[in-house]
Amino acid sequence: MAGLELLSDQGYRLDGRKASELRKVQARTSVFAQADGSAYLEQGNTKALAVVYGPHETRGSRSKSLHDRAVINCQYSMATFSTAERKRRPHGDRKSSEMSLHLKQTFEAAVLTELYPRSQIDIYVKILQADGGNYSACVNAATLALVDAGIPMRDYVCACTAGFVEDTPLADLCHAEESGGGTSLALALLPRSGNIALLQMDARLHQDHLDALIEAAMTACKGLSKVLDGVVRQHLEEVSVLIRD
Amino acid sequence: MAAVQVSEAEKVYIMHGVRDDLRLDGRGCEDYRHMEIETDVVSNTDGSAKISLGHTDVLVGVKAEIGKPKPMVPDEGYLEFFVDCSANATPEFEGRGGEELGVELSNTLYKVFNNRHSVDLRSLCICPGENCWVLYVDVLLLQCDGNLFDAISIAIKAALFNTRIPKVHISEDEEGVKEMELSDDPYDCMRLNVENVPCIVTLCKIGHRHVVDATLQEKACSVASLLISVTHRGTVTCVRKMGGGSLDPESIFEMTEAGKRVGKALHAPLMELLQKEESLGKKRQKVGFLG
Repeated sequence: MAGLELLSDQGYRLDGRKASELRKVQARTSVFAQADGSAYLEQGNTKALAVVYGPHETRGSRSKSLHDRAVINCQYSMATFSTAERKRRPHGDRKSSEMSLHLKQTFEAAVLTELYPRSQIDIYVKILQADGGNYSACVNAATLALVDAGIPMRDYVCACTAGFVEDTPLADLCHAEESGGGTSLALALLPRSGNIALLQMDARLHQDHLDALIEAAMTACKGLSKVLDGVVRQHLEEVSVLIRD
Repeated sequence: MAAVQVSEAEKVYIMHGVRDDLRLDGRGCEDYRHMEIETDVVSNTDGSAKISLGHTDVLVGVKAEIGKPKPMVPDEGYLEFFVDCSANATPEFEGRGGEELGVELSNTLYKVFNNRHSVDLRSLCICPGENCWVLYVDVLLLQCDGNLFDAISIAIKAALFNTRIPKVHISEDEEGVKEMELSDDPYDCMRLNVENVPCIVTLCKIGHRHVVDATLQEKACSVASLLISVTHRGTVTCVRKMGGGSLDPESIFEMTEAGKRVGKALHAPLMELLQKEESLGKKRQKVGFLG
């Protein structure tokens, strides 16, 4: 579209942010009383809700359970009103199944599953409003929900997207930037060790730029981890005030 | 619905309590739990509402799209319902587990809401026989603690009140070809008249008495329940008996009278609250799930 540049000459993006600026992140844990752990996270206009049930006995077939560790079962679904065009099926389509597998892979790297053999941990994520960075919002919300459920993890899992425009890496892409056809990289990171749990990139990119892009995404994730940590500590403070005499 | 296991002793305890007009949480037989409603929570819908009734959480989003009217009624628009029982509520709803309940809920919603007496469907018409507004009402079930129908109906009424449909201008050029133009101004929109939209009241029969707004535990003790949809004038628009047990005709009459009374009393405070929320306008702090 004429006039809609992803990065203007003054260094501002479509929504007024600078290249390395993240969108506003607001989150809250313990949103639902009935689930073992739950969290709600807003990253700009993307809103995600994550709920964790477990660890509990493997439901369904016994053959799915592993003898030495827990099985992590994820489901990613989007509300039908979450996208600009109404989505007919909330889950079950190919994209949702792929996302569910990615989430499973991400959390298998972080959760200490060896502590719960023959059990199952369910993570259900729902996108209430989609505006780019759906996967990242899900991972961040699910991390908070797992912390709320008291499931031991190696580290917070923080995820962020990054793009590349004219030699400048952009952090935390919104929907317009993602669907523009440029490069988009999704990264899930364990911040303290710097280990990458999931890395996915679409579209072409010259290999000289790859390092800069991954670096931008990692910096964004480290910034996010501070926000998530702040949310957890604030929740603990609120709860301990209620328990304290 | 998500099942809760209740022992025989607990069932007897609940039934004796209901007999003396005292429920587990101290309510009377015709009292609702604490209800919180907020509209306009999802910004890329045309109207939305979130309700928490005790531990039952429901989110409703309304999207308006232009479609072809039904051939039998060319000068009316229509509503389409979809209920998504998400796995958030209980792991049993994962994958296709929640479909059965979702289909049952949406079929009942069609009966209650999609008729010209509840919603003014004529106002949804753009060009008779050619174009009309179709309102896609999507219900998302987030937490389930009994009394889904009541919560869903109140949320739908609030979401329809909040719905803003853009105004359409039809212009005809020389060859007689009609062109539709949607107004660009976000404030130039049409609102729906939700005065006649009914609210559903579910009454569960426990022992010899009936209770309104039953939790999952109370539902496990009841044999059958009656679903009544009541408008603000006290008119009953739909009655349905649900559950496996049987009800004798006298108790149905009693329950209908109680349902009318309770339902009629719901509308006035609800409309007052919605008007008050709307009057706060831009100053209102949107809370959503963050509160």
